[in-house]
Amino acid sequence: MNDANAKPAAARRGRKGRVLEVWRRLKRNRLAMAGLAILAVLFLTALLADLVAPFPSDKQDLENTFSFPSRAHLFGTDEFGRDILSRVIHGSRISLSVGFLAVGFSVVIGGAIGAVAGFYGKRIDNVLMRFMDVLMSIPQILLAISIVAALGPGLWNLMIAVGISSIPGYARIVRASVLSIKDREYIEAARAAGSGDARIIFRHIVPNCLAPIIVQSTLGVATAILTAAGLSFIGLGIQPPTPEWGAMLSGGRGYIRDYWYMTLFPGLAIVFTILGLNVLGDGLRDALDPRLKSSR
Amino acid sequence: MSEALLEVKGLKKHFETKKGMLHAIDGVDFAIREGETLGLVGESGCGKSTTGRAILRLHEPSSGQVLYRGEDVTRLSPARMKAMRRRMQIVFQDPYSSLNPRLPVAELIAEPLRVNRVYARKPEEAERVAAVMELVGLEARLIDSYPHELDGGRRQRIGIARALSVEPEFVVLDEPVSALDVCIQAQILNLMAELQRKLGLTYLFISHNLSVVKHVSDRIAVMYLGKIVELSDYKSIFVEPLHPYTQALLSAIPTTRPERRKERIILEGDVPSPIEPSPGCRFCGRCRYRRERCAAETPELREVGAGRFVACHYYDALGEKKGN
Amino acid sequence: MSETTMLLDIRGLTVRYGTQGGEVRAVEGLDLSLARGETLGFVGETGAGKTTTALAVMRLVPEPAGRICGGEVIFEGEDLLKKSPRDMRSIRGSKISMIFQDPMTSLDPVKTVGEQIAEMIGLHESVSRREALAKAQAMLETVGIRAERSGDYPHQFSGGMKQRVVIAIALACNPALVIADEPTTALDVTIQAQVLDLMRKLKDRYRTSMILITHDLGVVAETCDKAAIMYAGNIVEYADKASLFARPSHPYTQGLFGSVPDIESDAESLNVISGLTPDPTDLPPGCPFHPRCPRAEGACSTQAPPKVEIEEGHFVRCFLHGSGGRAR
Repeated sequence: MNDANAKPAAARRGRKGRVLEVWRRLKRNRLAMAGLAILAVLFLTALLADLVAPFPSDKQDLENTFSFPSRAHLFGTDEFGRDILSRVIHGSRISLSVGFLAVGFSVVIGGAIGAVAGFYGKRIDNVLMRFMDVLMSIPQILLAISIVAALGPGLWNLMIAVGISSIPGYARIVRASVLSIKDREYIEAARAAGSGDARIIFRHIVPNCLAPIIVQSTLGVATAILTAAGLSFIGLGIQPPTPEWGAMLSGGRGYIRDYWYMTLFPGLAIVFTILGLNVLGDGLRDALDPRLKSSR
Repeated sequence: MSEALLEVKGLKKHFETKKGMLHAIDGVDFAIREGETLGLVGESGCGKSTTGRAILRLHEPSSGQVLYRGEDVTRLSPARMKAMRRRMQIVFQDPYSSLNPRLPVAELIAEPLRVNRVYARKPEEAERVAAVMELVGLEARLIDSYPHELDGGRRQRIGIARALSVEPEFVVLDEPVSALDVCIQAQILNLMAELQRKLGLTYLFISHNLSVVKHVSDRIAVMYLGKIVELSDYKSIFVEPLHPYTQALLSAIPTTRPERRKERIILEGDVPSPIEPSPGCRFCGRCRYRRERCAAETPELREVGAGRFVACHYYDALGEKKGN
Repeated sequence: MSETTMLLDIRGLTVRYGTQGGEVRAVEGLDLSLARGETLGFVGETGAGKTTTALAVMRLVPEPAGRICGGEVIFEGEDLLKKSPRDMRSIRGSKISMIFQDPMTSLDPVKTVGEQIAEMIGLHESVSRREALAKAQAMLETVGIRAERSGDYPHQFSGGMKQRVVIAIALACNPALVIADEPTTALDVTIQAQVLDLMRKLKDRYRTSMILITHDLGVVAETCDKAAIMYAGNIVEYADKASLFARPSHPYTQGLFGSVPDIESDAESLNVISGLTPDPTDLPPGCPFHPRCPRAEGACSTQAPPKVEIEEGHFVRCFLHGSGGRAR
């Protein structure tokens, strides 16, 4: 064939084309786009916190403690007279990075453990999953406490602790979907083509168990932020006065009867993050699945 | 049998189950000549699909040899086996579950090419994909479609294109038309016959449907509970089936011309469990001619005429009985 | 043929499904009748509307996606489509019952087979639980399963045995009509032969009418009295079995015969009907088969072909067989 360059009318799109295709499908989902917008705003404020926040996060104004939301302090002030809006904005940096990095860490590690356990089965499966069961038998928060206690307080250690403590959940989910997929004929077909284990796992199995991973990890971000907050509360996480949503939430808890706005605004920040993530996650799951393309 | 492309000798595959050892294939011998189609028929659970997969080492055989041009496939190192896979391919039964739903047609067909690094450059690979698609009658415009967007017939064509992309010599067809409607089934059967002529392929055609097997095969092997009970050229097996099971199987097939059927044999009971099977002839529990020896001694597959093999102690006595 | 002998008379049945891709015309103005004690083979490819027709007779078309838009289903002189849901419930199972394709999934895994048959009897007959169970055991014997096994659960039976249980449930209340939707497709040939044999015997014994949905012409040849060939929502040919097999007259029927490898024939190559079944949301105008028909003419693409009786009781919906004439 000498007319290799004279491509047929329907030249294939290739990898780039498929990414565009996913984006095109995602764009059609309004809810997902709203979620994306919320997240974009949150990330932008986190990045530009120093420019956006009206006050430095730790500036105290002891004459103005517990002030009700007003024009000067849109979200009010806390027990030290610090501007809650500024603290929410600065706090987003820590909370978002804890949330996303911890979840990312546990999805990667947990997913890999689950995939290996599910794919190879037998003894490997037994050893890995019994170890996961041991981790799971310890309450997540307790596990995180012991890890961070051993490593010492600090942002990174906090993320690692939160991450490790949620590994078993992801491992189980991924293992279950791998088990359901590995006996499909297309896996056998891949083997018949000569594919090795790694290629089968990453090209044929993992993409087909994305849906439960996406759902679980969007919910996981919320849990991670709250676990981090719990650790901060008992002094093992972020040290005051560094602002962090979870810490603000628990700090305001004592005053909730009289000064509800101290907990409301950091709480709302968490709610919006999770909401945005959830709808975006759902949309992404659908957009990534070519089978759902025609149903829209 | 010097002209045999593939020779299977004493092939066994046992699976461990909670209830005991499952003898999926229990000593199977046959040879396939270059360019021919060997049909492998049997009912579900008889081990016919496992045989196809054991030959390709998709299930690692428990024992026995698979000689491909004299070379024992079961002993190849992983690297040599990978190279061997280019010459031995498989088409699966269910075109719905045998295609990764997340990949478009072009990627599905190119997958074996990439795994085996057949082409160094993308344009060559794309050219090969386009050529194979044309070969199996897939329209070029479908190149970016996903399997779920296509009908069963087109999906099965993708399965065939995928198998043929690496230019194999030998293809295992595992119930390739069982999941398809009759009209589509006919299209695919004709396509496979045409491809065999064009490319000189050798087929192992596995099916539960004797009519389909008869239509495509040069020789036919009938399997029952992990063993081959009869093997012969496609005509004699239909004209004069020797094994009692083959006879029953033939008479059970609904035909549009029931008046041409000689005799209708309805077998009693079900296929017994392949887990820890009892010694003796596997069929003896349902056989209407069984004698004492059948339960005690396993009949071997032996040649009883030119190219005709049967595993039955009393096959010749059966003929006399029917003659009376 | 007088009206009174007809057990089932379907006239102008139309069923549509609303989907995102558009309206699916699953069954379009279908006429069909069935006499008492008769077995009708209902043949067609996936999506031809066979199962939908059966579901419409049972009034089980899944709503709200599916709608019965028109026609009559006269059963024992009454229009089933006008019955109240309550009346329909008492008809289902007692007068009309259904056998589904997959015996693996149509039985309840946590109830014994005896209980499942007894449940059907208890629903439609005023008998005590004890009597119902005794009757269930008798039914099991009828389908060739020992009565002691009535306490076993479905997973303890093989596929063929399960299908026997399903048949026992369907026949438990001695219905006038049994609709069997591909009852043997999931079974092996030797088991299929057993089950078909059983169904034939039971049908003769109980004088039950049966609609046997299948894609296998061989099954029709061996079990049915009449056959209807369905294509894209309508019956294209309807005849006595003998007449149909001796003289298939619609091009689609002929194509169907040509594309099945038959064990008794020696043909080398299969005659293939080119193309695919049409998209049911976008049926071609005129005769729905014309784009694939080797003998299509001008009128085929514009006008719906008339139903022509080419022999007594042999109807074809095709222009090739001019108005009432013997065409060739």
